Amino acid sequence: MPAVTNSPTALVDRALELAPRVALRPEPFGALAYHYGTRRLVFLKDRDLVRLVEALASQPTLGAAFDACAIADRRRAAFERAIAGLVESEMVRERADH
Amino acid sequence: MSALTTELKRGLDAPICLTWELTYACNLACVHCLSSSGRRDPRELTTDEAKALVDELRRMQVFYVNIGGGEPTIRRDFFDIVDYCVAGGVGVKFSTNGAFIDAAVARRLAATDYLDVQISLDGIDAATNDAVRGQGSYAIARRAMDHLAEAGFGPFKISLVVTRHNVEQLDEFKQLADSYGAQLRVTRLRPSGRGADTWHELHPTNAQQRQIYHWLLAHGDDVLTGDSFFHLNALGEPLPGLNLCGAGRVVCLIDPIGDVYACPFVIHDEFLAGNVRDPGGFARIWSGSRLFLELREPQSAGACASCGSYDACQGGCMAAKFFTGLPLDGPDPECVGGDGELALAGVASGSAPRPAGDHSKPVRSSPVTFLRR
Repeated sequence: MPAVTNSPTALVDRALELAPRVALRPEPFGALAYHYGTRRLVFLKDRDLVRLVEALASQPTLGAAFDACAIADRRRAAFERAIAGLVESEMVRERADH
Repeated sequence: MSALTTELKRGLDAPICLTWELTYACNLACVHCLSSSGRRDPRELTTDEAKALVDELRRMQVFYVNIGGGEPTIRRDFFDIVDYCVAGGVGVKFSTNGAFIDAAVARRLAATDYLDVQISLDGIDAATNDAVRGQGSYAIARRAMDHLAEAGFGPFKISLVVTRHNVEQLDEFKQLADSYGAQLRVTRLRPSGRGADTWHELHPTNAQQRQIYHWLLAHGDDVLTGDSFFHLNALGEPLPGLNLCGAGRVVCLIDPIGDVYACPFVIHDEFLAGNVRDPGGFARIWSGSRLFLELREPQSAGACASCGSYDACQGGCMAAKFFTGLPLDGPDPECVGGDGELALAGVASGSAPRPAGDHSKPVRSSPVTFLRR
């Protein structure tokens, strides 16, 4: 699978999903994500971001997931950066079916 | 203080980092052992009780446990418990002195997924290491590392407790880790367990604290620390990691008989939250024990309130203060501002609380001798 960051397609137009060896655990501030492969722990510090991450796999693109989760326009740039960070740390990956 | 740190201080729904000491039995008798290990406690959790606890941890979505002891591999059901954890999606990181890692065990470990191994070594040579960990322990640890490397385990960890006798060896430790393709983990010496009696002799000097800080800062995420040096953040730029005491908030300890303490370094009645054999088990202790709820309340900065560095160092380590007889709302005994040394000078000899539960084996020869380098 090509590295998502090298793809010419904009992130919002890509089909994404939580990486298979990543577990999400709900917490009062959002969620903890743990990658059993890299042993990396990431704090998702916003409940809407958690909903978004959970919705990725069932939506055709990140942009569609924004809509499905009713994420306000003004927050989308920040959330897109957060998702890019999760892609970078291998917590989220591009879906093979895309 | 970041918003996240504030949230973490209020506690999580389950620990991030849970230490589970499987046994107090140990083939070694390290002079700084934080659990005063040596002899097995007959009340140890049975295999079935251990597995029931793993089930509970899985339900709480604890991602991994740090298994230790004592020497955990002494338990005959060690692999039973490890395999049960891994099969249930609870990752295992275990600490060992390496005595029981022969070629066959190394191959078995290498074949297990979700498993990290950490070999303890407190000196770059036998003289420095064995003075603290006992005669022959250096050779034992190195042999285990050789077996793991040969079995293709991958990046195991070499874990070093930094003392005033090995501070100068940090670069050599990094080289040793690199030569094995291993990861170096450096943690702080606590005055816990048998360490209560040896801390004053072994803990790094104030000048060495600075040396440790700059060394860790230079190595960044390359070297693991278990977030144990946040008291050094008063020196400037923060070290990587969560800058807080996680006791009862994001970490805790389950001891071999199921007693739950706020952290691995405070085995004392004052920090005992309950026992996993109690009704409601571990989950109830984590979410509702009075001790843990108190620790999640805002803590007083006390004597440190007027210090400009308090936000950076958070007053340091609760265990280090407690077992050196210092008030919990005052400076850490290793406060880089020098306030800890002053405070220590005011502690009456013999007045510091004693660690609970001495499992040390009977002393066969003369008391411990420190080799000086």
